[in-house]
Amino acid sequence: MILVGELSLWVALLMAAWGATVSFAGGQMRRADLIESGERAIYATLAMVVLASIGLWTALLTHDFSIKYVASFTSSNLPVVYTIAAFWGGQSGSLLFWALILAIFSAITLWSNRASNRELMPYVSGTLALVLVFFLATICLGTNPFERLDWIPPDGRGLNPQLQNPGMAIHPPNLYFGYISTTIPFAFAIAALLTRRLDAEWLAAVRRWTLFSWFFLTVGITLGMWWAYVELGWGGYWVWDPVENASLLPWLVITAFLHSIMVQEKRGMLRKWNVSLVIAAFLLSIFGTFITRSGVISSVHSFAQSKVGWWFAGFLVVCLGLAIYLVTTRLKDLRAQAELESMVSREAAFLYNNLILIGIAFSVLWGTVFPILSEAVRGEKISVGPPFFNTVNVPLGLALLLLTGIGPLIAWRRASVANLKRQFTAPVLAAVVIGALLFVLGVRNFAALLSYTFGALVLTTIVQEFSKGVGARHRMYGESRLIALPRLVARNRRRYGGYIVHFGIVVIFAAFAGMAFKKEYDLTLKPGESRAVTDPWGHTWTFLSQGISRYTVLNREVTAIALDLRRDGERAGVLTSEKRQHVDSRGAPTFEPSTEVGIKGSFGQDVYVVLAGVRNVDEAEIRVSFNPLVRWVWMGGALMAIGGLVVMWPAADRRRVQSGYAAVLRPEHLPSGEREFARI
Amino acid sequence: MKPRTKFLLGGVLVLGTAGYLAASAIRDTGIYYLTPGELSAKTRADPTFYETGVKVGARVVNGSIVRDPGGRQVSFKVTDGAQTYPVVYRGITPDTFTDDVDVVLEGRLGRDGTFRATTLLAKCASRYENAPEKYKNTPGYKQATPPPADRDQRA
Repeated sequence: MILVGELSLWVALLMAAWGATVSFAGGQMRRADLIESGERAIYATLAMVVLASIGLWTALLTHDFSIKYVASFTSSNLPVVYTIAAFWGGQSGSLLFWALILAIFSAITLWSNRASNRELMPYVSGTLALVLVFFLATICLGTNPFERLDWIPPDGRGLNPQLQNPGMAIHPPNLYFGYISTTIPFAFAIAALLTRRLDAEWLAAVRRWTLFSWFFLTVGITLGMWWAYVELGWGGYWVWDPVENASLLPWLVITAFLHSIMVQEKRGMLRKWNVSLVIAAFLLSIFGTFITRSGVISSVHSFAQSKVGWWFAGFLVVCLGLAIYLVTTRLKDLRAQAELESMVSREAAFLYNNLILIGIAFSVLWGTVFPILSEAVRGEKISVGPPFFNTVNVPLGLALLLLTGIGPLIAWRRASVANLKRQFTAPVLAAVVIGALLFVLGVRNFAALLSYTFGALVLTTIVQEFSKGVGARHRMYGESRLIALPRLVARNRRRYGGYIVHFGIVVIFAAFAGMAFKKEYDLTLKPGESRAVTDPWGHTWTFLSQGISRYTVLNREVTAIALDLRRDGERAGVLTSEKRQHVDSRGAPTFEPSTEVGIKGSFGQDVYVVLAGVRNVDEAEIRVSFNPLVRWVWMGGALMAIGGLVVMWPAADRRRVQSGYAAVLRPEHLPSGEREFARI
Repeated sequence: MKPRTKFLLGGVLVLGTAGYLAASAIRDTGIYYLTPGELSAKTRADPTFYETGVKVGARVVNGSIVRDPGGRQVSFKVTDGAQTYPVVYRGITPDTFTDDVDVVLEGRLGRDGTFRATTLLAKCASRYENAPEKYKNTPGYKQATPPPADRDQRA
């Protein structure tokens, strides 16, 4: 099976190359037989990649340590679930995983479009096949997961203990789904540009895929934050690490796209912009992979520095060049069909939302690559850290939060004063009340104060929208409000799903702002000794050491501390934190020691305890953090994911295609309705 | 003014603000990442580099780590071969902080020639990937017999 897998990788490469060639040729010559052959080649590529994947999984599960990849990332005592997950734990395996998912998505795309978008499809399958060729060539020639060692180690090295966490088994696949699914819209964009069929047709075909991508990036990023928080033990969930940034960049661009696509649907504007965003999302996904793999930017996530990164850099440059060429030669076909009529309109709010999202994306990109640029240009290494990203993104993020409240309520085209008054009286009142209340209560952190004020505004607008909709159904159909609510959401999933996502955003912003009030203490405790500290809410916590215990379990040696907690003198349970030294099946230590954090969570705050070290046999050095509102980050992420699901749900989409695309508004009273609106 | 012009003005304002924030934040928060040798060259050329926040990447000198009993202070020496600096650091040290590891320090070089670190990161050679070749030199791991010629049968 392993040999079959290895061979099928090469067959897959040939198949994909064939698919790319005949698809483009078939599209150009309008020959149905070639087009069909191209599509079949992609299905064949999928079959071959599946075989290759089964081969690698077989090698992993049968512990064939003669294969370098198996020996590098697993050991015979690794739990089965992590042995399966080791498939994407290292460089070459994760690339094969990438190829597998891309092949699956490509096949789904071809299958679901077998009777639609026929003009575009040859070029779509050609582009998809080309991307597959790139990945398969990188795997076959650059980093082959089936590479053999010239000797057989008695046991493998094992999986890094920090990756032995349930979150880690699901976090990377989620991000990969998100990254990889940007390829489909990219292929449609390239196809639309090549054929100059740049109307709403290709947009309708890709909207679901961008949502899909957005959904998985959201879930992946949230899981990544959760993993960093519970596993890495430094007391936070986001450090603006280059690889974190790499996952955020496509998310920002897709979020911008999901808003600006509405402007194109309703008003026929922003066509260049939308095409560029779709392309940018794909390029940024590749860029993220380049960062992760090349080691040019040091990061906690770095795979070993390898040449594979430069394959990605080359691919990135080629794609970027091609995209710029295609867009610039087709500017005429991308002219807007309407013009902005008023600054106080939903279009304008969406435009600003887009500008801010892209502004954030650019500043994140700039901060991420600045160290390399500075070294290349001036020969000086400058380190750019969280202070940079916070300085830039806190104001931009707050502006975005404010627009989250304004955008959905303001009318299309031109808002009247009456409209504004009706929509915004309650939200503004709520915001002012919350802001003043927090100020009186002693909150003086300006950014946090603004977060909560704007959050209150957005939240009120959402509640107002829901209650209006429910009230209308209640009056019109006589439904009880409890029944009206789910029906309201079901009838207009895109709109109300969007509100749920916005609700999630508010929750997450509130949680981010909470971290401004974090408190941290370093304690040294002998057994029986206790220390009292104060949390951000003003409670006194006492930590009493019950002593250090040492024991061996499964594949690790554990040093643990147990702490008795008291809050304001009352018992509040026991927290333990462990230091783990992983060992292989022969008892030899593998990897650096890792930390198991003790967390006592509640809605108000997490009590977060890390055993930093043990000195003089029984003196525990511990770091205690009180992290306010962390739980709200996970809840906000979950809300966003739920909202995304509501929007994506197929039934709503079909109805929307029927009703939404029938009319592209073309205002007659404009002097030249065709005039292009904004060159951005 | 036409709405389009207004919007473009607003857009320039938004992007300008973002650009300005990014540029000024780099200036205010970006710090030099130097080796001890580069740091000593900088301070010789420009004494304002004393007491200025910098990041230093260097290797811990073997046997130089001295922990202050009872307290949290640890002192050690770092070097890049060209220049060696004594370092003091208060706080919990990472598990990986031992002799001969590469560390990244953030802090200030005092005029007395001592580096006062506020953060200390110890780098592991590579975190997520390491070839098993490393075993080859470990005692007890002998070169295994050459791979069987009939390996295909296992496939």
